[in-house]
Amino acid sequence: MLDQKIIEQLEALAGKENVLTSKADMVAYSYDATADMPNQTPDVVVLPTSSEMVQQIVNLARENKISIYPRGAGTNLSGGTIPLKKGIVLSFQKMNQILEIDAANLTARVQPGVVINALNSAVAEHGLIYPPDPGTVATATMGGSAAENSGGLRGLKYGVTKNYIMGMEVVLANGDKVRFGGKTVKNVTAYDFSNLFVGSEGTLGIITELTAKLIPAPKYRRTMMGIFKTIADAGNAVAGIIAAQVIPATLEIMDQMTIKTVEDFAKIGLPTDAKALLLIEVDGNSEDVVVNEAEAVMKVVTENNGDLQAANTDQERDQLWTARRNALPALASLNNTVVLEDATVPRSHITDMLVACEEIGKKYDLTLGTFGHAGDGNLHPTILCDKYDEDEISRVHKAVDEIFKAALNYGGTLSGEHGIGIAKMKYLEDELGKSGTNLMRNIKLSLDPENVLNPGKMVPMQEV
Amino acid sequence: MATTSAGDTTGKTYHDELAIVREELDKCMKCGNCMAVCPVYGAEKVETSVTRSKIAVAQAVLDGKLELDDPQVYQMMFNCLVCKSCMTACPTKVNFDRIMLAFRAALVRKNGLPWLKKMIFSTLKHPKLFDAGMRIGAAMQPLAFKGEDGGASITPRSPFAKFGAGIGMDGERKMPSLNVKTLRERVPEVVRAAAPKMKVAFFTGDSLNYIYPDAGMDVIEVLTANSIDVHIPKEQNCCGVPVLVHGDVETVRALAKKNIDAFEKTGCDYLITACGSCGGAWQHDYTEILANDPVYATKAAHWATRTYDISTFLTKVITLREPKGKLDKVVTYHDSCHLKKSMKVSAEPREIIKSIPGITLKEMKAPDTCCGSGGSYVLSHYDTSSAIGRKKAEDVTATGADTVSVGCPACMMQLFDNANRYGKNEDVVHFVSLLAESYRREKSA
Ligand SMILES: Cc1cc2nc3c(=O)[nH]c(=O)nc-3n(C[C@H](O)[C@H](O)[C@H](O)COP(=O)(O)OP(=O)(O)OC[C@H]3O[C@@H](n4cnc5c(N)ncnc54)[C@H](O)[C@@H]3O)c2cc1C
Ligand code: SF4
Ligand code: SF4
Repeated sequence: MLDQKIIEQLEALAGKENVLTSKADMVAYSYDATADMPNQTPDVVVLPTSSEMVQQIVNLARENKISIYPRGAGTNLSGGTIPLKKGIVLSFQKMNQILEIDAANLTARVQPGVVINALNSAVAEHGLIYPPDPGTVATATMGGSAAENSGGLRGLKYGVTKNYIMGMEVVLANGDKVRFGGKTVKNVTAYDFSNLFVGSEGTLGIITELTAKLIPAPKYRRTMMGIFKTIADAGNAVAGIIAAQVIPATLEIMDQMTIKTVEDFAKIGLPTDAKALLLIEVDGNSEDVVVNEAEAVMKVVTENNGDLQAANTDQERDQLWTARRNALPALASLNNTVVLEDATVPRSHITDMLVACEEIGKKYDLTLGTFGHAGDGNLHPTILCDKYDEDEISRVHKAVDEIFKAALNYGGTLSGEHGIGIAKMKYLEDELGKSGTNLMRNIKLSLDPENVLNPGKMVPMQEV
Repeated sequence: MATTSAGDTTGKTYHDELAIVREELDKCMKCGNCMAVCPVYGAEKVETSVTRSKIAVAQAVLDGKLELDDPQVYQMMFNCLVCKSCMTACPTKVNFDRIMLAFRAALVRKNGLPWLKKMIFSTLKHPKLFDAGMRIGAAMQPLAFKGEDGGASITPRSPFAKFGAGIGMDGERKMPSLNVKTLRERVPEVVRAAAPKMKVAFFTGDSLNYIYPDAGMDVIEVLTANSIDVHIPKEQNCCGVPVLVHGDVETVRALAKKNIDAFEKTGCDYLITACGSCGGAWQHDYTEILANDPVYATKAAHWATRTYDISTFLTKVITLREPKGKLDKVVTYHDSCHLKKSMKVSAEPREIIKSIPGITLKEMKAPDTCCGSGGSYVLSHYDTSSAIGRKKAEDVTATGADTVSVGCPACMMQLFDNANRYGKNEDVVHFVSLLAESYRREKSA
């Protein structure tokens, strides 16, 4: 428990209404969207309303050796916001102002608590979009998705969050506020700080403002679905599309288990004996180019024995998307716990990785379905289990170990977009080696020597 | 189904035994999708306001980590409009309404209704709140004090009958009288059409009966104009939803049985409602609260399938007599939460509105976001309710419509209040009144 004096100081800094302490409030800030995580409640929740307030809170916390956990919407999938070592949860839900939209420079300046979709609605009237689109666009914050370097469905063509953050204001553990980057397209002044703090999961500094890059909204799109009898055919189709020099905005895959489950759940007429399904969308600002690309894609799908469906209207597009939209809900409906991974492999190994996941599921007698972003090799092996069944949970842990091992074997990575957090920290050395985790620690300690910012996440500290 | 196997073996439903909702709680994966749609979270922007935090707290209570009647737990569980918006966005289909009702019922079981009443009043400190109490008090006055049977026995006519005392509705204060005859006082038990082709029974609900009897008359007028006899059993009561959301399960069970008895006697095959909460009660709540009742379980299940919102009945069951009278209006339509999310009715009212000559339907941004009304929520959480209502009023005004139409009397009250305060004083009407008006114009032309 924190000293009442600290609470009073926090109340003086942030205002009584922005400091929460009741037991029920603490339960509300004890979780994020990650399954199978340790349960911990914070001592206090503070909802700052300005970066100056954040500086003062950081100073108070550091001087009293109290941990701070920055939190956006709490939708991350790696345990990133769980207050493992108690202390202060710093929630950015109230710093949610869009500060500026500069259509001439194609940029927007936002506070960290702005929800991604709120930014998209605001820039839509200028014909612009902010492309990073994790499944949580309607809830996740700009600060949280920057700190997580979130990807999404359009990652293949448009890139991920790091490609759209041009500048930031960050409060460091020593209480300093730094601003870097900005509206210029080019900027090589100093180190590339944006890329240091994007994806740092709240362990290096607290993001209090972001300058985001916007792009003109694509005017045309075509959507198609290919249904395949073998995983190899689907994998070859993915390779064939890229070889035809088409970069679709979306190139999503679902395995047989997922197809079956979606069909049971939503009854949309998917063939349940199909081994894989691809959802493909091409877009752009020239109708000719988009139509040509769509034709090229359809040719590849057919050449690889895919059963093709193409959407001609928005309504038909919506129908094709129904399968993908229902993938997670359908799988999640099978049991009370959803372990959702995001191991990622080079695109050329998609088929191998899908097969590996299926075999691992069988080996440990688990319900496992895989879907994900085939175009960028980012798969979501999803295990449905019963949290009250200890034996099953221990099999889940073993299966997850093997999934990561397989991904690394194929030259892949632990996480394509969900981050390391608590969930994947123990695997870090497998990918980076000792020298890599040492580098992590050195960076962490030079910026946050007292380890007050999001302790227990991302950076394995033991060896210090 | 509502009542899990545990319910069957013990003869209890989740209304009687908190542990039964554990299964529902376990479905929540904390994905946070509910944040995008929960109106309370939208207005307050703290995790404590959103659905998933209430689920986490409920889990903590069941696990013995928090007390059921911890004042903060109470606060969270009553800071909810029971609008069911979260249920439409939930990937794992958590039936949050069951969780909410189970908790409220458990609280009442543990500490009693008087305790709950005190808790609700203790939040009414805001001076503006008192104004609101007075306004609603005036509107609800007949509900609180008047009733065919003198308010005896088990028939509270609204939450305010039980909770009325102390918020300006306790009879000690002088209030403007509404001076209207109730709907059921105005009409005989059967209103005959000229050349009847069929008959239906009309469940008026309290709001149409006491507050908007004119809209109720319009329902009857439209039905008879379509050659349908309308039965309006005098013995019908409040649907019970306002009482149910305050955890008083036994009263609702009794009300439900009385209502079922009253409608059995009509011999009608169709039960018509013009209020999303009433229709939702007949379609869902009655079957759930009576699931283990040896006599009424099957009766409730029967009526659940025979209940139609007036718009569904007019557009799907019969062929609507084409409205010919011209109304020069620009109309926007608000989707009442219970009508859309509980009864799944949203296309039908629009179809009716669009069929009326002269009317232009202009959709507002997000027509299905909650208006912020919800039983005593308006009183107990005045600031949040106003913030939600204000946004709705601004969305209405942005359409440039002169009229906002809706299919639920509770929304009508809230929209009316907010159109006055934050909007352009747009007319607020039940969609059925537009249709009735068109028929009348046709006749007089
Ligand atoms: C159903 C579902 C689908 C998803 N789909 C995708 C997907 O397609 N692609 C994808 O990449 N991810 C996806 N995610 C996970 C994704 O990481 C999050 O949705 C999102 O990016 C996190 O945003 P948030 O505001 O919730 O951040 P939080 O969860 O609150 O925080 C995430 C991390 O950022 C830190 N942080 C938060 N705010 C700040 C700040 N201001 N300064 C410094 N650090 C901060 C936190 O400490 C934490 O470590 C999905 C999650 C769910 C539940
Ligand atoms: S949307 Fe449903 S599953 Fe997701 S957090 Fe909310 S209640 Fe839980
Ligand atoms: S019922 Fe409505 S107010 Fe209550 S939690 Fe769900 S969305 Fe929020």
